[in-house]
Amino acid sequence: MTTLPSPTRARTASRRRRWLAEVGWKYPVALVVVFYAAFPLVYALSAALDERGSLSGSEVLFRTVSLNNFSALGDTLFWTWVGNTLLVGGAAALGAVLMGAAAAYAFSRFRFRGRRASLTTLLIVQMFPQTVAFVAVFLLLITLGEAVPLLGINSKLALICVYLGGALGANTFLMYGFFNTIPIEIDEAARIDGASHAQIYWRLVMPLVVPILAVVGLLAFIAAFGDFILAKIVLTGQSNWTLAVGMYQWVSNQLTSNWGLFAAGAMIASLPVLALFLSLQRYIVGGLASGSVKG
Amino acid sequence: MSASRPSETDPHSSATPDAAATPDAAVATGGARPARGGPARSGRPRGSGGPGESHARAWTGPGWGFVVKLLIMMVINAIGVMAIMSAYAAGSWVVLTVLVVLLALADWIYFSRRTLPLKYLYPGLVFLAVFQLFTLAYTGYVAFTNYGTGHLGSMQQAVDAALIQAEQRVEDSPSYPLAVVREDGEIGFAINNDGVVQVGTEEEPLEAVAGAVVDTAGTPIEVPGWDVVPRAELFADTALQEQVVELRVPVSDEAADGSIRTREGSTGAVYSSSLTWDPAARTLTDAETGTVYSPDDRGNFVSSDGQRLAAGWYVPVGFDNFVRAFTDTAYAGPLLQVTAWTFGFGILTVLTSFGLGLVLAMIYNDQRVRGQKVLRTIFILPYAFPAFMSALLWRGMLNSEFGVINEWFFFGANVDWLGDPWLAKFVILWVNLWLSYPYWFLVSTGALQALPTDVMEAARIDGAGRLRQFTSISLPLLMVSTAPLAIASFAFNFNNFTIIFMLTNGGPAFPGASVPLGATDILISAIYQISGVSGGRADYGLASALSIIVFIVIGIISALAFRQTRKLEEI
Repeated sequence: MTTLPSPTRARTASRRRRWLAEVGWKYPVALVVVFYAAFPLVYALSAALDERGSLSGSEVLFRTVSLNNFSALGDTLFWTWVGNTLLVGGAAALGAVLMGAAAAYAFSRFRFRGRRASLTTLLIVQMFPQTVAFVAVFLLLITLGEAVPLLGINSKLALICVYLGGALGANTFLMYGFFNTIPIEIDEAARIDGASHAQIYWRLVMPLVVPILAVVGLLAFIAAFGDFILAKIVLTGQSNWTLAVGMYQWVSNQLTSNWGLFAAGAMIASLPVLALFLSLQRYIVGGLASGSVKG
Repeated sequence: MSASRPSETDPHSSATPDAAATPDAAVATGGARPARGGPARSGRPRGSGGPGESHARAWTGPGWGFVVKLLIMMVINAIGVMAIMSAYAAGSWVVLTVLVVLLALADWIYFSRRTLPLKYLYPGLVFLAVFQLFTLAYTGYVAFTNYGTGHLGSMQQAVDAALIQAEQRVEDSPSYPLAVVREDGEIGFAINNDGVVQVGTEEEPLEAVAGAVVDTAGTPIEVPGWDVVPRAELFADTALQEQVVELRVPVSDEAADGSIRTREGSTGAVYSSSLTWDPAARTLTDAETGTVYSPDDRGNFVSSDGQRLAAGWYVPVGFDNFVRAFTDTAYAGPLLQVTAWTFGFGILTVLTSFGLGLVLAMIYNDQRVRGQKVLRTIFILPYAFPAFMSALLWRGMLNSEFGVINEWFFFGANVDWLGDPWLAKFVILWVNLWLSYPYWFLVSTGALQALPTDVMEAARIDGAGRLRQFTSISLPLLMVSTAPLAIASFAFNFNNFTIIFMLTNGGPAFPGASVPLGATDILISAIYQISGVSGGRADYGLASALSIIVFIVIGIISALAFRQTRKLEEI
């Protein structure tokens, strides 16, 4: 045996060629895509860790690794903004879940006059985003603020209320579909056992729909977290700003000197979202597929 | 489309929710929650249910659920009554009426037995009605008025504003030593008029008070019945300063006598307006020149020789705003370009990101590629990064002087990415591609995995090539599930204010245009600029008219989407 039998070698070669043509080329392409997807984020991390924290000279990755920018955030209103964002987003998410679930339960379980009409109306209303009517929102809040100062311009409560106004339209259908998959026999059995509608709702149906509650809550939180136009109009005082408004101000005013602050803030603010998103990927895609928000 | 619909529901892991926690949550959001319930099923029935009786019949009236409901409704009523009182104090009758109706409805719904579905729908409906339906309708109304700078508020407000604008210090008015006084949150002035201390507020004209103490400079330092605001506090509190500067205390019941005002909070003088308002004739007369200003149908006071007062009120103007958007030379040209770019941006951004996402999904939906999970996670990183931060991040990276894009890929050339109309448009598409291709990658991957394999196999056996398999089977099937999403995505990007505003702020501005619009403005950012909600000249009427146009476009798109969905499902 001096050489391999030539047919085998030819087969190996052709196999490799086929591998290259069908699978192999995908790796270099993947490398390009990975670079495209990741380099802005890697750059942002490097800028966050840069000692000087200015845009000029940030082109060398990881030249210095220091936490200066992170500690400098303490001298700004950054943590106030984080708190505001969590408060507004959390309240909007909780409200969206509670109101959306209650409405979906009613539509799914009760047969009442005007049910179909209300469902159709909701379907139509949800197509017209609140953000386009921001002028009217602004004028409404000015009027409301004169009567009830807590609901006026520059109130976080007012912003939460505005977000909740869009909650029913955006979430009812998503939840309605899910509620319909819970067999109504469960309700009936409980009713025969003497449970009231409230008991059925809180103790039987709600535990069964936890997945959709999580999806809606998360989507509502992300929507509030990412909203800029309404937050910018409603919240006028610095200490009331959410992250979106505050960080926009950093970058639009003196971008070069605030760059390190922005990068550090972006790292802090995006990490929880990133972690949450990646761990709940499946749910979010499911939610997106059945009635998208972002994209 | 059910790429990966959450479906695992484990009734055991989520035991009965904490009964005490749920009502708290409902209160926190201001929504009334139906918490009506009988006694817990396991609870011993009260009353005299015999041992042989079915426990379904053992209902003996309200249990703890009713108590919880009662408590929540008490809180809601308390809040509601407080809001109503506040509206009453401010004299906002419309708000007051709405609040009363909403509160009465809430009480009726949660204490009546015949309103079961409404118990669950009401909280959501209230917010929907006030903050969405009303704003949509109100947009429609404002679009047909000239609401904006110079036309804010009612005619009476315009009169007040005109009187104030024409106000001047009376020439021979002496300076009175003055102190700011306060009682029950109401502020007023105490002045020393030749040794007599007089006190008045906005509503109450000056009146002498006995027993006041003045210091050596004559400034009142103690006024019976009032708290004198210390000077130090006045200096520290800017909100109070504003109130003080705005405050006018009438000298007497006669408006012509003028009122006391102060600039610095320590001396006051008499101011009076050169205009006088005649409510019967609805005219304003300038006492100095004798000019008479009368109202016109555009919400302005105009004199016979064409002079116009700055303060006006808003009136319905019909289709003027729409006509202005299309024909006014200052607006028509820029708005046409903005509209074209809005469509161009919406369509191109969906096509590019859908395209890239789909291609990547097809390439990497392949069991033979190793490390699929890691690759997928990295691919979708941009989507998990909050959108507004991505836009800001790219804004810095694309900075022409210091940005890394120029440094790394263009050898330090100063390419002005955000300052050139076409480059800026390209950059917006590029950044939005980066932001949103992962979405399409995820959606397409899900859709590809859900494709039926038997059809593909049959096609292969019939001799269809790979291209043929894709164009004739995979793509049409994919479109069924993704076309509605593509249309939704178009509608979303049609109004994608965040990316435009954060990345380019609509700029670069149109050269020579008198309106604050730029080459990358889309309709919603143009509306934002025109509306003036962030300061500058406000034109709510025109902005609302443009909003209506956007609504019409969205309505058409949505209608198309419905039909398209149905058509595609027939394939």
